Amino acid sequence: MDLTFTSQQAAFRDELRGWLADNPPDPEPTDGGDDAHFAWRRDWQRRLYDAGWAAPSWPAEYGGRGATPSESAIYFEEMGRARVPFSANTLGLLLGGPTLMRWGTPEQKERYLPPILSAEEIWCQGFSEPDAGSDLASLKTRAVKDGEEWVVSGQKVWTSGAQYSKWCMLVARTDADVAKHKGLTYFLMDMEQDAVQVRPLRQITGEAEFNELFIEEARIPDANVVGGVGNGWTVALTTLMNERAGLGFALQIRLRQLLDDLIAKAGERGLLEDPLYADALAELHVRCESLRLMAWKGLTDTERYGQPGPEGSLVKWLWSDTNQRLTELAVDIVGPEALTAGTDWSYEFLRARGNTIEGGTTEVLKNIVAERVLGLPRLKAAA
Amino acid sequence: MDFGLTDDQREIQRTARELLSERSKPERVREHAEAATTDRDLWRELSELGWPGIAVAEENGGQGLGRIELSILCEELGRTLAPVPFLPSVLAATLIEHAGSPEQRERWLPGLASGELTGALGSSSDGSAALVIAAPEAGVIVLVDEDGGGRVLEPGQADVTPIASVDSTRSAGRVSGAEDAGEPLPGDVASGIDRALVAVSAELVGVCERALEMTVAYVKERKQFGVPVGSYQAVSHRCAQMLLETEKARSTAAFAAWAADAEPGRLAEAAAMAKSAASDAGREVTASAIQAHGGIAFTWEADVHWLYKRAQLDAALLGGAKLHRARLAAILADHAGAPAVG
Repeated sequence: MDLTFTSQQAAFRDELRGWLADNPPDPEPTDGGDDAHFAWRRDWQRRLYDAGWAAPSWPAEYGGRGATPSESAIYFEEMGRARVPFSANTLGLLLGGPTLMRWGTPEQKERYLPPILSAEEIWCQGFSEPDAGSDLASLKTRAVKDGEEWVVSGQKVWTSGAQYSKWCMLVARTDADVAKHKGLTYFLMDMEQDAVQVRPLRQITGEAEFNELFIEEARIPDANVVGGVGNGWTVALTTLMNERAGLGFALQIRLRQLLDDLIAKAGERGLLEDPLYADALAELHVRCESLRLMAWKGLTDTERYGQPGPEGSLVKWLWSDTNQRLTELAVDIVGPEALTAGTDWSYEFLRARGNTIEGGTTEVLKNIVAERVLGLPRLKAAA
Repeated sequence: MDFGLTDDQREIQRTARELLSERSKPERVREHAEAATTDRDLWRELSELGWPGIAVAEENGGQGLGRIELSILCEELGRTLAPVPFLPSVLAATLIEHAGSPEQRERWLPGLASGELTGALGSSSDGSAALVIAAPEAGVIVLVDEDGGGRVLEPGQADVTPIASVDSTRSAGRVSGAEDAGEPLPGDVASGIDRALVAVSAELVGVCERALEMTVAYVKERKQFGVPVGSYQAVSHRCAQMLLETEKARSTAAFAAWAADAEPGRLAEAAAMAKSAASDAGREVTASAIQAHGGIAFTWEADVHWLYKRAQLDAALLGGAKLHRARLAAILADHAGAPAVG
């Protein structure tokens, strides 16, 4: 056991830290709305791209640095620590790129990977549907072959960044006559067509981070099938496996920073001497640190043994639950300011409600832990 | 960054697990717990293997290995609830080694390391400690007090009255009249206690692991309404929660064991995190184990209650979760916590 970074890892961290110190992003725009905010993030990704920092975990042949999973975790930790924005094309970088690298044809890789990296083409994810949330494989969006094209109709939801996207990672049903997991196909759908309508989905915080997609006879060339017809579920799992791997480290550092801010706030108000608040803050500290230890342990085990295991579900569960507890305690410590619309604390408080739902509800995560880690029998679901 | 055990450490773990699965079977633990006796044969065997001195320096008669190796043994002994005074003995040795004078170390450590002598460690107030695990059989007793001081006592220098704790897998006693008895420990008692906390936390991790394993095995087998009860989410989600608590305790205990040897500057924080997480986990996980076992767990014949009882004693030992969170809050107030790794 050695819980320090190797000299190679430390060198990677120091190089990135140095670059971030010399190249901070522009200040977050205060007006101009979502478009200005997105432009700011796109500009940030371009700068990362120019310096070779857009996706260090990508292999060098695709413009990355071939960083190890540990270095990739360090990358996200440092990004979180420096409080820089998420890259505009985060979904392309973290999900789409790696999925194509695993399943794409040489032509697809050559065509699609470079503009993901440079933020020229933004990607979004068309998986969830109004009636297919946790039970994703029950999705209903249909794709029917018509010559060299597929004709797609259906509805998708929780599609973040859809209004800025060129490509959508779309999972649709291409065969209704086989078992539900088997009849799915993974497509790259061009968002720039009239048959695809994007409607912002206003959420609990008042902003519209996500969208709904209404798809009516959209056309997708057959060349845009990824991983073969009928193989969509397996390809989608690759995307989902990548979803948490990197981002988790950035989220966890943000949690740490939020807790440090809250401890500072509690100090200002003299609440660190109050045993009830002291106990609650210390408990959050324990959770935060054990979360980080568990995440690093999972990662280093992955480096040793290959594929990430279902233990990652514990980390996401603990992170989401801790962030909710933290922001609830913040309301008590910060007081009315945290209940005033538009403040950072009120945003964090409301946004945290989504944490235990997005990317796998806590209930589904508990099922995964019970079934795949503990080996408990699963209750038969309705057909 | 590497959380894995070395080959040697894995070998220690494997040997310990094999030995204890033979020598500390539930039937044997029950026999000793019901008779309120120590398993002297097992103690002799562990002593011959050098276990009590695993973390004691070689010049003091031990094996000179680290806190990680000691934690491995504590975890395995906790898993099997071995009815031997291993934990109390290594806690006493830890305090004497880290806070004792050269004379005290020379006098007590060789015996504690070889297992000829067993020790006990208690928290005292005005010279009395109401419940000290393994005190009646101890050849040396260390008492730490609320003001951060510590004393080392021989039997006979204070009154030791045997008492029955709820956990009869180990003996216990009340120590009184020790206010000026024995000798003060002149060194850094606080960091000795922090190292002791690491060992207690490791034992609790072992208790949690075993409670979870027994529960998972049981709910897979036990049927009600025609299906295994473990297929109900009310039960399976409880098991998942038990795993989460166990992993929180395991990760913080591992960090603390590592920090004790490799990064002593963070030991106080790490030990407080480990003991608060392990105390909570120990109590919650073993309580959940009883609930998931249902009525059978409430009977004397079931084994799961021994884990529950051991967890209570260990959770309280050297302060419970709330006390260590209060310590942690004081540390946080002094300086915003740097991340645990890197």
